[in-house]
Amino acid sequence: MSKVRVLVGTKKGAFTLTSDGKRQNWQVNGPFFAGWEIYHMKGSPVDPDRIYASQSSGWFGQIIQRSEDGGKTWNPPGSTPEELVGPGGMPKGESNKFVYEGQVGTHKWYDGTQHPWEFKRVWHLEPALDDPNTVYAGVEDAAIFKSTDGGKTWGELGGLRQAKGQLWQPGAGGMAVHTILLDPKNPKRMYIAISAGGAFRTEDGGKTWKPINKGLHSKYELPDPDAEVGHCVHRIALHRSKPDVLFMQKHWDVMRTDNSGDQWREVSGNLPTDFGFPIDVHWHEPETIFVVPIKSDSEHFPIDGKLRVYRSKTGGNDWEPLTKGLPQKDCYVNVLRDAMAVDSLEPCGIYFGTTGGQVYGSADGGNSWNAIVHDFPSVLSVEVQVLP
Amino acid sequence: MIRVLLPFHLRTLARVDGEVQIELAGPATLGGVIEAIETRYPVLRGAIRDHVTLKRRPFVRFFACKEDLSNEPADTALPKAVVAGEEPFLVIGAIAGG
Repeated sequence: MSKVRVLVGTKKGAFTLTSDGKRQNWQVNGPFFAGWEIYHMKGSPVDPDRIYASQSSGWFGQIIQRSEDGGKTWNPPGSTPEELVGPGGMPKGESNKFVYEGQVGTHKWYDGTQHPWEFKRVWHLEPALDDPNTVYAGVEDAAIFKSTDGGKTWGELGGLRQAKGQLWQPGAGGMAVHTILLDPKNPKRMYIAISAGGAFRTEDGGKTWKPINKGLHSKYELPDPDAEVGHCVHRIALHRSKPDVLFMQKHWDVMRTDNSGDQWREVSGNLPTDFGFPIDVHWHEPETIFVVPIKSDSEHFPIDGKLRVYRSKTGGNDWEPLTKGLPQKDCYVNVLRDAMAVDSLEPCGIYFGTTGGQVYGSADGGNSWNAIVHDFPSVLSVEVQVLP
Repeated sequence: MIRVLLPFHLRTLARVDGEVQIELAGPATLGGVIEAIETRYPVLRGAIRDHVTLKRRPFVRFFACKEDLSNEPADTALPKAVVAGEEPFLVIGAIAGG
């Protein structure tokens, strides 16, 4: 029977949750990197036991960690204990060296002036679909980096910041590349999203990038609601069988595009509120999508204290609340943008973590839910792996 | 030989317990001891000071002999008691946050 491993990044460390394919009984492992913020962990699709983790703190900055055994043990790439033994043949210690390419340049600051780019942390790690040594990092201040040596060294794909980066502006949570989507049918095509810069696409493996924000309207966030860049995109998602179709949870509005981002249209439909952070697509059904509506940008918790995942089986517009097993009173948590994931089992499993430290799982496509854990630190990210 | 006390999280990263003993290859200065720590424990590069600018990270402090050396220039001589190994050089995670 298949096994399932859920990777949970929290504000105070990392955890793995493991179960058999029934997904009823879970073993909790961790905390790893206790006391550190783990913005994201993700395993290589080629080698699931190779997992990358972004470990950071306000005190000591960014650390990249890598596991070769499914999360049991970890090392900064290029710094195994054997490599740290002494002055002879010392590693360079550069797995946490993220240096912007060329002239650093400036972006828009809160007061309207231009402000130099400053690296703060890695928000998202996206291992390549075909090579366990290639991994992309979405960072704050917004940029994308690439490593081809398993995370030992990093280089910026500087073309992204040429896509009108001077007009991007941080939101309250900072200005970061938080989403990286790799097109499974076209290895040269990637999508990324930035708060608050918008969505962007490359067709040449990351050398050049184009804003793909037509159809987004941000009347409360931008003086020009149809601006080419500057939209506060919270998350985008795609189904591997239809990579030209993207779904987006924007600051406000749930959107979709059927032509790789050239034109978006709103599919918020009957959602009780279209503010939220995560969005994800069912593993087996490319038109089934999930969001977690949040009351508003001023009140980051569910409406009426009822935690409800909404599912659309029609690619948007027509939404149904999923409540069975989720708290339906006095619940005032948030679900962050990288804190939802789906597994490839049948029925599809869906998982999400909350700022209140719960990780919920559904083993039946969202029809019912169970709290796998109740009392973790605030959850920053959730990923899931299915293992043979 | 300089006695260095690292904060908990940097000891965990470097996989050491308690005080560490650092041999100075260069001058006995503030910058010299940080360089020596990073050479001995490359995993700490970037965690104490910025990789490129070599500026101290904002919430890291350097104490020695009851003095705060955090804002002193890199060529500041270490106190004699530190150089003599009588007192440790302390790298501190500043009190901030929750």
